[in-house]
Amino acid sequence: MGGSSRITRDQVRHVAALARLSFTAEEEKRLELELSAILSYVEKLNELDTASIEPTAQVGEAGTPFRDDQVTNQPDPEAMLANAPAREGRFFRVPRIIE
Amino acid sequence: MSEGLNRLTIAEARRLLSAREISAHELTRACLDRIAALEPSLNAFVTVCEREALEQADAADRRLAAGGAPALCGIPLAIKDIFATRGVRTTCASRILADFVPAYDATVIARLRSEGAVFLGKTNMDEFAMGSSTENSAFGPTPNPYNRERVAGGSSGGSAAAVAAAECLGALGTDTGGSIREPAAFCGVVGLKPTYSRVSRYGVIAYASSLDQVGPFAKCVTDAAIMLRVLAGIDPRDATCTARPVPDYEQALGAGVKGLRIGVPHEFFVEGMQPEVEAAVRGALDHYRSLGAETVAVSLPHTGYAIACYYLIATAEASANLARYDGVRYGLRGAAGDLLALYCRSRAAGFGAEVKRRIMLGTFALSAGYYDAYYLKAQKVRTLIRADFERAFAQCDVIVAPTAPTTAFRIGEKIADPLQMYLSDIFTISVNLAGLPAMVLPCGYDGDGLPIGLQLIAPAFGEQRMLQVADALERSGRVERREPAI
Repeated sequence: MGGSSRITRDQVRHVAALARLSFTAEEEKRLELELSAILSYVEKLNELDTASIEPTAQVGEAGTPFRDDQVTNQPDPEAMLANAPAREGRFFRVPRIIE
Repeated sequence: MSEGLNRLTIAEARRLLSAREISAHELTRACLDRIAALEPSLNAFVTVCEREALEQADAADRRLAAGGAPALCGIPLAIKDIFATRGVRTTCASRILADFVPAYDATVIARLRSEGAVFLGKTNMDEFAMGSSTENSAFGPTPNPYNRERVAGGSSGGSAAAVAAAECLGALGTDTGGSIREPAAFCGVVGLKPTYSRVSRYGVIAYASSLDQVGPFAKCVTDAAIMLRVLAGIDPRDATCTARPVPDYEQALGAGVKGLRIGVPHEFFVEGMQPEVEAAVRGALDHYRSLGAETVAVSLPHTGYAIACYYLIATAEASANLARYDGVRYGLRGAAGDLLALYCRSRAAGFGAEVKRRIMLGTFALSAGYYDAYYLKAQKVRTLIRADFERAFAQCDVIVAPTAPTTAFRIGEKIADPLQMYLSDIFTISVNLAGLPAMVLPCGYDGDGLPIGLQLIAPAFGEQRMLQVADALERSGRVERREPAI
């Protein structure tokens, strides 16, 4: 960390690819500035010494309960397909993925 | 006959309904008439369900006539458009879900349905609950009912505005960083964010799963207590949901505050806050002292780090939660010849600017080489923020603080600067990081007539004590609720 720009244009493109997003050149430029400003703000966390602090991932009390691996819903393919943007019979239609 | 019934509280309506002095049908009609008069210019609703609501009201009238109907039978409610409602479009105020019709009900919707509640429609919000003003909606902003040039707050701005404008008797919202409390404060209504895990989130479109919680908007503290009792409770479909029994929250009301210790954190009174907001909160504290409470100074030293901590944790969780919107099984699909382009084009066309910004920030914080420096660091700071509250609650029963540094800001004022918008959550966000319950009730109005909200924060599962303290202020009549002149 450090420097005025926390994230470069190439990093914006790399992160966008990871996130399955695409941006115009204009949007990339704006994101570089906005994300840099936000990242330089969140770096205030570095003022705190957390070397001996355990991270908190969850604040609930339920822990990770187990349940039986059983089907509890009624199969209803028509209901599941009702929102499909493209379908063919009882299947979701997608572009070819295997050449 | 139904003139003005929409202005009733749930407690009043419940009494009139069970005495059969009014019908659920005419109560629902009054709300629908109010909605017809104010929409679309108030824009509190994304979808209004007139036919379904009247059918539900008629069914409720039959149950009421038979006697022994539950507390919310026949009560017309508005539902934030983040809750899955079977057969009713659920958009999360996003283009990507603009035509999505769920095949199932969220657990809280199913609970309300079995109570006989009436669903008037789905309310506007910031897209995927990401925002503090309801300006990030694919369906346009919801203006504040007290002043159309101001925001209603967010992300649950439509629910807050609908309650304030008496379009409904109560409403549902969600709160990840203040999304119930800030709009409740800006719109002059009661809003309650329960303890993390108190209410099921099954069927609630996920934003940040370690922070999201469901809660009510209401016209008074009693109504919030009535609603919470129905919403809370174990759900086998939400593994994070607690098995603790649900108390009768209404029973906590009326006990007063004599002998209670109210903590006042000096970190919540910051330079640059609107003087009228500080004066109204300090006035409420004076009033609590006059009612017999003791106020004690407490410290929450890591408050200044909460926003930075939140915007790493919430965005990281959001980047994972929103990966499911890929244009394959539901939602908007972009035209593309291969699968990768299909994902990218669907998401580029379907998500708004703020949602993309947060996905980008969260993906970056989780990415190789940055995880320890950003995400893990934030999780460690979360531990410190949580410990602050534990120490403070060793000295007091409940914390009282402002909800936001200002009253409702102007539409457009902060939308161009994401960081400025994030900073408006400064007083609400640490509560979510610590998983605590908190609520807001009106404590005054500024010189422009805009409402000021008092925030109460309690230890985990301290909702009863919190409601008791809120009720004491409301019951004392110190703050006369002014309805918006619309």
